[in-house]
Amino acid sequence: MNKLVVSPSPHVHSGNSIQKEMKSVLIALIPAYLVALYYFGVGALIVSVTSVLSCVLFEYLIQKFILKGEKTITDCSAIVTGLLLAFNLPSNLPIWIVIIGALVAIGVGKMSFGGLGNNPFNPALVGRVFLLISFPVQMTSWPRPIPFNPAYMDAETSATALTALKEHLENIPSALDMFIGNMGGSMGEVSTLALLLGFAYLLYRRTISWHIPITILFTVFVMTGIFYLVDPQTYASPLVHLMTGGLMLGAIFMATDFVTSPMTKRGMFVYGIGIGVITVVIRLFGSYPEGVSFAILIMNAFTPLINTYIKPKRFGEVRKK
Amino acid sequence: MKTFKMGGIHPEECKFSAGKKTEVISLPKQVVIPLRHYSGKPSIPEVAKGDMVKVGQLIGRADGFVSANVHSSVSGKVVKIDNALDAFGYKNPAVFIDVIGDDWLETIDLTPKVKRTCDLESSEIIKKIAESGIVGLGGATFPTHVKLSVPAGKKAEVLIINGAECEPYLTCDHQLMLEKGEEIIIGITILMKAIQVKRALVGIEANKPDAILNIEKWAKTVEGVEVIPLKVKYPQGSEKQLIQALTGREVPSGGLPIDVGAIVQNVATTFAVYEAVQKNKPLIERVITVTGKSVPEPGNYWVRVGTPLSHVVEKTGGIPEDTGKIVAGGPMMGRALPNLEISVAKGTAAVLFIPSSESGRGKVQNCIRCAKCVFHCPMGLEPYLLMNRSEKNLLDELEQNRVMDCIECGSCSYVCPSNRPLVDYIRYGKLKVGELIRSRKVQQL
Repeated sequence: MNKLVVSPSPHVHSGNSIQKEMKSVLIALIPAYLVALYYFGVGALIVSVTSVLSCVLFEYLIQKFILKGEKTITDCSAIVTGLLLAFNLPSNLPIWIVIIGALVAIGVGKMSFGGLGNNPFNPALVGRVFLLISFPVQMTSWPRPIPFNPAYMDAETSATALTALKEHLENIPSALDMFIGNMGGSMGEVSTLALLLGFAYLLYRRTISWHIPITILFTVFVMTGIFYLVDPQTYASPLVHLMTGGLMLGAIFMATDFVTSPMTKRGMFVYGIGIGVITVVIRLFGSYPEGVSFAILIMNAFTPLINTYIKPKRFGEVRKK
Repeated sequence: MKTFKMGGIHPEECKFSAGKKTEVISLPKQVVIPLRHYSGKPSIPEVAKGDMVKVGQLIGRADGFVSANVHSSVSGKVVKIDNALDAFGYKNPAVFIDVIGDDWLETIDLTPKVKRTCDLESSEIIKKIAESGIVGLGGATFPTHVKLSVPAGKKAEVLIINGAECEPYLTCDHQLMLEKGEEIIIGITILMKAIQVKRALVGIEANKPDAILNIEKWAKTVEGVEVIPLKVKYPQGSEKQLIQALTGREVPSGGLPIDVGAIVQNVATTFAVYEAVQKNKPLIERVITVTGKSVPEPGNYWVRVGTPLSHVVEKTGGIPEDTGKIVAGGPMMGRALPNLEISVAKGTAAVLFIPSSESGRGKVQNCIRCAKCVFHCPMGLEPYLLMNRSEKNLLDELEQNRVMDCIECGSCSYVCPSNRPLVDYIRYGKLKVGELIRSRKVQQL
């Protein structure tokens, strides 16, 4: 007989792994990726492949030569970071800028803290915000959506719906176009429909819970709704706010990043409301047309505090008689 | 369908031995009867080397209140009283008896006739249960008479019978409910009389519809017993979770079931109560499940307490080739055994063979703060935090975060995508905080 293993219970495991969780996220990103490839064509392909490859490569190199730890790229988290970073970039961004973004995302956002699990901020958003501040012109010229567009850096550009709103321009896309993603914007954020499909898959797989996305979307809907009811001339309808900019992408895929979001349902509500409020404040009163990335990063900073002070409902919390 | 409110998991059920009729395992050459059950003090030996004993004869007398009598499960000759390894990994005193024949005490009623009426008073019933050495057969093996003795100032309102059997693989309680439905119901009425309540709730997980039907059928023959199907969810059979599922009441943190007027007994314990009170038969045998993915014929067997597991295994088809781990009990809370020379204790519900491919644990990785452990904790705790603070020995923080509420069900370790040994560390933390609390009490005195 073989030697017997003696270990404490439990003796069974769900079989879940970091890799499986990350693969679920990747599968959930497929619909939005297909929409990006359809409307932004070659550019979307080049930007996404560059981003994913450089994220994986940077993680491998940093792990091997600087941290000198075990190989971690097999957990697929670098692929998720790379794809999410690409989703947050315009599809006509030059390759070298994409590579800088990937280096900041992985190098500064993730590995400088010790790798997956230790980073306080969402790595993809660290990369994106770094690029937004460093390369404001390239980061805010979005290509016009043209099916199977063969153009890359020379693609014809247009303003996003949010910029149009901010500058009181007239050419706001129709509700249907916004829903399916036929509008200018970062490559992965345009299609509300595709992102919602991904959300449904993540809920089905129980990779994430509904608490964070729904709280964010609800908060944004209510707040922008109030402004819209007060002054519909100045403020856009809450539905436009839900379907434009990075809100859907942010609420479903970025704010729910395991590592940087709170651990309890109550904490998730606080975090979601915080992101919603900050997003609306930046969108309506800030100088940027878009505020989701900043809102998520700001609330990432509050996550440890939320985890310390907001506890789950305990079993038997009632006072003893 | 009723269930507990927070957390919980649904592992693969693997109830391979469901519906397999109980078979009696022949007597071994020697039994090793432990004098200590997991909870409480070891009992004091009543026999000496060379004594001849009969089946049912008292061989260990309870030492103090939280301790239980022990009876010989065989007839024969006491060869020694010595320490023996138990399933928990401790050496405890045990009585070694060479089996000679199968000679029962004359006082024990061995007729198959079911005796329905019981004329004893409450205190007499509890005394009889204590004499018969009955302990909780669900796993914790807490002396039953202690649980039935309602402390002054408290009042029992409802008896809860645990037929959930939420552990994967186990079917011993299921089979008992199918074969001994009438006896279990009579046992319930005896327990109701003992704690003076008019109502009893039997909770059974919905994956045992035949057991639910059978117990319901017999429940109709008596007053006040209601059978309630429960959602199949682990740990449905945990005492606090079961009370919440059946009555909606939450046992307060640090409290006991009696704080919400409930007393919980397992179905197998209830059957033992019937045999003790109606048949004068002490607790000397129980049903155990022998099972596993590679076990050719998983089954349920009547085994005398003290039978070496090696004998049980030999009589039930031997050890499967690919075995990597042998567990006494279920896969969620059972104990991995170092060998099969350990004997069946009153609380041993199963022998589970786990193939070597599933015996190891996955590589431990960083906590990715996915919050699955928090969401699945049935006690509303934060296992990731408790593990971290246990690693760092931060006992005050552990206590503030209610580490003592942990029921060690293992749901957190089960769901963790990073294979972190959450419940291992939490057990350590509980041990340390428990010492701290006791030393504080000593200082106060």
